[in-house]
Parts: sequence; structure tokens; C-alpha cells
Amino acid sequence: MAEVTFLEALRQGLWEEMERDERVFILGEDVGLYGGAFKVTEGFSKRFGESRVIDTPISEAAIVGAAAGAAHMGLRPVAEMQFIDFISCAYDMLTNYVATARYRAGLSTPLVVRGPCGGYVRGGPFHSQNPEAAFLHTPGLKIVYPATARDAKGLIKASIRDEDPVLYLEHKWLYRRIKEQLPEGEEVLTPIGQARLAREGKHLSIITYGATLWKSLEAADKLDQEDGVSVEVVDLRTLLPMDDAAIVATVKKTNKVLIVHEDTRTGGIAGEIAARINEQAFEWLDGPILRVTAHDVPLPYAPTLEDFVLPQTDDIVKAARWLAKY
Amino acid sequence: MALPATRPSAAVPSGAALSSDQLLEIYYYLRLTRTLEERLVALYRQTKVIGGLFRSLGQEGESVASAYALERGRNKDILSPLIRNLGSLLVMGAQPIEILRQYMAKADSPTRGRELNVHFNDLEKGYLGQISHLGDMIPVMAGIALTFKMRREPRVGLVYIGDGGTSTGTFHEGLNFAAVQRLPLVVIGEYNHWAYSTPPKKQFAVKDLAEKAKAYGIPAVTVDGNDVFAVYEATRFAVERARRGKGVHFVEVKTYRRKGHAEHDDQHYVPKAELEQWAKANDPVDRYVQRLLAADLAAEADMKDIDERVRVEVDQATDACVDEPLPPAESALPGVYVEPAAADKLWFKAP
Repeated sequence: MAEVTFLEALRQGLWEEMERDERVFILGEDVGLYGGAFKVTEGFSKRFGESRVIDTPISEAAIVGAAAGAAHMGLRPVAEMQFIDFISCAYDMLTNYVATARYRAGLSTPLVVRGPCGGYVRGGPFHSQNPEAAFLHTPGLKIVYPATARDAKGLIKASIRDEDPVLYLEHKWLYRRIKEQLPEGEEVLTPIGQARLAREGKHLSIITYGATLWKSLEAADKLDQEDGVSVEVVDLRTLLPMDDAAIVATVKKTNKVLIVHEDTRTGGIAGEIAARINEQAFEWLDGPILRVTAHDVPLPYAPTLEDFVLPQTDDIVKAARWLAKY
Repeated sequence: MALPATRPSAAVPSGAALSSDQLLEIYYYLRLTRTLEERLVALYRQTKVIGGLFRSLGQEGESVASAYALERGRNKDILSPLIRNLGSLLVMGAQPIEILRQYMAKADSPTRGRELNVHFNDLEKGYLGQISHLGDMIPVMAGIALTFKMRREPRVGLVYIGDGGTSTGTFHEGLNFAAVQRLPLVVIGEYNHWAYSTPPKKQFAVKDLAEKAKAYGIPAVTVDGNDVFAVYEATRFAVERARRGKGVHFVEVKTYRRKGHAEHDDQHYVPKAELEQWAKANDPVDRYVQRLLAADLAAEADMKDIDERVRVEVDQATDACVDEPLPPAESALPGVYVEPAAADKLWFKAP
């Protein structure tokens, strides 16, 4: 076992897949000799050569479009968005071209688009976004959002091996903050489409993913210690396709649900989860489904503003207390 | 660099590189394109065509000639046609019955009723269907050309873009990416004077589309798009140059869209005299036939035989599929992903 950070685990996963399968290649801005803005691909160019680690112009649509063309031809491209905020520049290519390719034309497009997402890092409106809700609505894409180092590695490997296009969202607040013991010499693979029970509990369930998993776990500890409330925490890990079975199972167990995400509230994924619970487990509910999310504003820069806009551990505790008493 | 003429030219290209069989094969594809579209018009009027009908009347020459400059066969060159490149699709081996089934949304159409008209593909034969978002196929074809380069295969990609399409962001991103990577890609810029109802002067402030390509360091040439020989030779030059690893090449073909955007469009915005002039004096098929006859490159009887052969082929293809069924409703659900294999059927759709 060796202790690795979230970022190192992701890097290992990419590296292992590049070693394992010569069809895998990386393209993106500054990914080559520079090693990427966050150094995820540091050393890759030296090991695998410039033809498999391609520095591109600042052209997100061309990056994703070229990845799609290469994927049609049997390669396994991994496209990096330098910050996931810029994925909106490739929105057309992803939603209209890539996502529809198999259905409309029988085209195989096994590609991964990955990039650093998320706030809590004083990045301001354009280096902090969580774009998952914009793509959840697109049949043909898969979306994974690891919260642990093990899943960072296991999901990048599974995404590269998947036969369909996958968006891999990696929270930059977790990059160097999360450390975990990972086995050496053993393959780490996380199946796409399966949530993980991050903490068992009896009285109330929190369904979450990404950075807010850690805030939810912190809140659960606090509720246990201060209130004697036993909180179950589900880490979704994959947002599309959503693991309905895991969601329904936790609802049936605790009968109360709090959905926590960092993204803004209106049209956020919590609404979709709530609708599924309503359809599949309405009679098991002993209280309203609550949401703890960001405020509906672009993410501001100043610490006072960002901390207020984003969901914090205390916000989760407060909402959970209200629900526990309901 | 020995580039072909940069302006429409009266000089008669030799055509010597093409055998008489090849010259007749080109004629066959020109005639097939036109006859098949005329058949589609008849089917459209009988409401057998489900959606819109998009004609390439007046542009068949450049579509056929540019595709004909590629190497065809299993796993050779690959092109991506636009809505008015039916001719290029036929040259690459798409069958008339596939086109007819696509337009009529038949269960046995290449996309099983999921997509329209020429939006389908066969990568082994060498064509990748477009999506409606103009410009998007430039980066995608750049990715295909990138694969040729990475695998060191002597293959070339070819992609079409209309005058209106050169205003899109993906056109510019893709062109620049391909130029930087020196990809084996040929871009055919079709200056057909109309983007739906918008004329060039409202679309861009350059004179030639070639200027846009040159700005990215890409060699670009402008040719008479209704001169089959000129388009063939310019494309052939570009294709072989790309095949030798010299990078992207842009061929602008000046032509004219003689029908409306689609069959419903009455073209009231088009000056009538201009339209008549192009039809009378600059039809690519007429010009090609005259050229062949004047230079004694083909016999009129051979072309008449081809006309008859095409008529029979289109008749047979139509008869074979016109009464075929549409796809069954629930065939809409599978195939979004490999896994899960099908979308869930919603409970209120159950009988």
C-alpha cells in the first residue's frame, strides 16, 4: 500500500491505461512538456512521446471534435479541458455531435473529456464551475464525478475503457487535499453507474458527490456526536447513468433524504434525484426531500462571498437537524 | 508550386490523366446524382419523402469531381459530405436505394429511420455523415486525418464546407488545428452564393473563401466549380500533396445553388436573370458533356447508354423500397449506449 493524493491516483490511472493500451492518447492545452495546468500529465510527454500527448491550440471545440474523429477510427482519446469551465466552448460538439453519434449513425465514439472542476478555491466565476447539470440532460453521454483517490483512479480507467463518451469531472479542491492508501500492483477499477455507501446510518440519508461528500461526512460526524442522529451518506460517483437502486435503497432505509451538491440550485441535479425518489419511493418518505446547494448566482471571487454562496458543513448540519426533527 | 489556375479559366485541361472509362464513370455519377434527385422530387410531391428535400442542382460537378480525386475502396480515403454533396456520396459507393430509404425514413435505411437524407456513414467505404451544425465536421475530419498521421497510413481526409459554413467557429478552430498539426486533410470550400437566403456580401467581407484558409497558413486555390476537369485536377493535386505529408490544402470551388435551400423554398430572393444565366450557360453536366464531345473524349452513344442505365437503376431502387415499412415505434429505444443497451420505456407508453 502507498499513500497517494487524489491527483496522483488520477495520474496513475491515466499512466496505466497509456501503458496498457497504445490506442490511448491525450490531447489538450499545455498537456505536453508543461504537464498540464495542474501537472496531471507531468512526465507523460517524455514517456509516451509527442504523438500521444498532443499540445493543442486554445480550441475546445476542435479538441473534442478531433477526439471524436479519432475515436471513430478506433483510438481512445482523452481530451483535457484546462479548466472544466471551458467545456462550454465544446458544448455543441459534445451534445450534438459526440453524444448522438452511436444512436443516429451507429458510430462508436469511445472518448473521455476530463478537467478540473469546482470551487472552494477562490477561483472566481470562470475557474470554479460544476457543469454536470448542463450535460445530464444529454442522452449519449456518461458523467462520472469521483470524490476519493481510489475512485479517481478507478473511474478514469473505467472511463477510458468504456465504449461510449464519458465526462470525467475532477474536483480541484480534492486534488492534493485527499490522500488514501491504494494497493500497489493491483488493478483499481470503479464500475461506471454504481454509487457507493460512504457511511452507514439509520435516521437520515445524505445523497451527494464530489467535494461535498467530504463536507457531508464531516456534518454526519457532527450530527452523530452532538445530536445522536445517525446519518447515512451515499456518494453517487456516477451521475449519468444514475444509480437509482442505491438511491431508492437508502430512502427505504432511513425514510428521510437530504441532497447536497455544490452546483447551483435551479435545474441542478438534486431536482432530478428528488423526482426519481418521488416516482420510485414516495410512500417510504417521512419528510420532504431537502436540498443543500449553492445559491443561484455566478460564483464570486472574494472569500466572504464564495463561502456564503457555496454549501458548507454547517449548512448541511442545519438542514439535517431540521429534517431529523420533522 | 505548380498550382492549378486560380480563376475560372477558358483553357481546356487535358484530362489526359483520366482514361475514357474514368471519364464515362464521372459522367455516370453526374447523371446518377441528377436523376436520383429528380426522382426524390417526384417522391416529395407524392409526400413519400418525410422531411425536406435538398437539391444539389448545378453543384453536381464539383461534388463528383472532388470525390473522384480520392482513393476509393475498403479503408482508403474518407470524406464527409454536406447536404448538397449527394454526388460525392455516390462516388464513394453509397447506393441509390440507401438514399431513397433515408429520405423516406424506412426501417431498413442505413440509420433505421433515425436520421435524415445524406446523414449516414460507412467508414470502410469512406464516408462520414454530417450533422446539421455546419463547421463541426472540420474538427471531426481533422481527428480522422490525425489518426491517419499517427498510424502512418497513406490516407487522406476530405471535408466540404459551404460559403455560409465558413462563418462558424468550428470551421476556424478545425482548420487551424489541422494546419498546426499538418494533417492530411483537403477542405473543399463551396462558394455557391447562397446560405439559405443570405448572399456572400452579408456573410463575409472577403472576396474569396481561399483568403480565410490562407490566413491559417494553408495553401488555397480557387477554381471554377462547374468545370469538372478543373475541380478534379485541383483536388487531385491537393489530395496527393496531403498524402505525401505536406499538410492541409484548401480548394475553393465557385459554383451556384440553382434551387432553394430546400424544396419548400421558392427562391424569391434570387435574381431571376442570374439563375437563368447559370442554368443556360454554366450547367456543370452540360459543360462536361460538351467538353467530352468537343475533344472527342467520349461517344454520345455511350453517354446515352449511361442515361438509360441510370434510369433503370433509379427505377429499380425506387420500386424496391417505396412500399417498405417505417421502423417499429419501440425501435426508438435501443442504441444510445452500448451499456445500458436501451433507454427505459416509460410506463404510460405501455399498452
